[in-house]
Amino acid sequence: MSEELKTSLNRREFFSFLAVGWITFGAAVSGLLSFVFRYLYPNVVFEPAMDFIAGFPDQYPEGVDERWKNGFGVWIYKKDGKFVALSNICTHLGCIPTWLPAENKFKCPCHGSGYYANGINFEGPAPRPLERYKVSLNPEGKVIVDKTKVYRYEKGEWTNPEAFIDV
Amino acid sequence: MIKEFINYLSSPLYSFTGVMAFFFFTVKRPDIVGSKKFGLISLVSILVIFGWMLTDPVFFSVISLPDNIPIIILNAVVLWSWWFAIHKGVENDKRIAAGEGPLEGTPENREKVWAWPNLVYTELFAGIACTVFLIVWAIFFKAPLEEPANPTWAPNPAKAPWYFLGLQEMLVYFDPWMAGVVLPGIILVGLILLPFIDTNPKGNGYFTFAERKFAISGFMFGWIVLWIFLIQVGTFLRGPNWTFYGPFEYWDAHKVVAENNINLSEIMWIKLFNTGLPKNIILREIFGILLTGFYLVGIVPIITKKWGHKFLKDMGTIRYYLLIFLILSAASLPIKMYLRWFINLKYIVAMPEFELNL
Repeated sequence: MSEELKTSLNRREFFSFLAVGWITFGAAVSGLLSFVFRYLYPNVVFEPAMDFIAGFPDQYPEGVDERWKNGFGVWIYKKDGKFVALSNICTHLGCIPTWLPAENKFKCPCHGSGYYANGINFEGPAPRPLERYKVSLNPEGKVIVDKTKVYRYEKGEWTNPEAFIDV
Repeated sequence: MIKEFINYLSSPLYSFTGVMAFFFFTVKRPDIVGSKKFGLISLVSILVIFGWMLTDPVFFSVISLPDNIPIIILNAVVLWSWWFAIHKGVENDKRIAAGEGPLEGTPENREKVWAWPNLVYTELFAGIACTVFLIVWAIFFKAPLEEPANPTWAPNPAKAPWYFLGLQEMLVYFDPWMAGVVLPGIILVGLILLPFIDTNPKGNGYFTFAERKFAISGFMFGWIVLWIFLIQVGTFLRGPNWTFYGPFEYWDAHKVVAENNINLSEIMWIKLFNTGLPKNIILREIFGILLTGFYLVGIVPIITKKWGHKFLKDMGTIRYYLLIFLILSAASLPIKMYLRWFINLKYIVAMPEFELNL
């Protein structure tokens, strides 16, 4: 073995250097990318909680109540002894409909979908009724609206006992 | 009185039909529409009528919104280029028919110049002029800033940027998947495919209409009627709750328009057979599925037999069927609009269970 060969790399050494180099490079890049990924998520999220306590059911008048619409995106609808929580997201393209008390309907400002007070779609392009959220009573007798569970009319879920409260 | 009549005429059914009729007249008689006399008369009458309409406070308040000014510029540019192209095309068609060849092909028009400086200088000055124009515009018309976004509240009406208002108007008649994803996708893919489908070298470098009648009218129908005109409707004629308002009609958020829309399945099973909707989804929507299948597949041999066999021979199988598919997709929009206006049809196939509606 001559001195000359010692200074250069043999085949095995070359590949191990290559592997170490690539692994280091890959780790550095993925570390940097993980920072970028983390940056994409906000530090503080000002989102309303997914469930909230909505008070006693007898505090609500008959018909549509808008008091939780701006904070939580929920309409309370009470009619014929049934208490339900309607989602305020249009089933057509996700706009926020407006409640028109004079016409007794919800009307979407984006493409003109219309819903009756109970959430059933009847005009415009909306393909299905508004979704309903899970409502239940806590031990005090107050209503808890849970937006993580939705009930869809076209799937026959509105008859589910969790989708309404008898009052 | 006359304003009420204009309001009445601009309802979607009449105005869309009118624009289509005028478009087909243009295509049928380009020699009339492309004449200088017609151009001058329509320019003067448009200016006079527009000036008269501006005196109406309601119309003025809609037209002078900062958002809507690009559309007025767009209208002027589109109408002018469309008329100018027809005018030049008709002129050349006469020359070609007389055996003289197009105007652009005459020896004095074939003289060549250098890109530098002739083209580059022109582009430089055009760029400077555009910048000056945009700066002046930005100074005079402030950006319409609103309050911070709120996920539980939407402005009424909620309008897309002006160049998307045609798309938003399309969404009134379709499911979001169709009008928001599938049809725009077909438009994009169709535009990309154009050079592949249309390999006709005629009209290359010179204006003509008669030599490219089908290609020009087909493309311009999609552009003028289905895109530009729908932008007009979405901008000027849609007010609160996306309800239709005539140009002189006050945007009253409580205007009541009865538009109970029903699906084809409900028309067939409930109104026609009086049986109620079947439980099985496929059975419930069978008429819509059959109709859609017929429209996309069954109708193709009929078209081919009646009009298409010459195209099929000239273009080859792949090009021809791509063209037919694009035409059928484009035609589905006016068809769906008329169905909505005449029989209040919501969806031909309605499967909200699978988020699938046609």
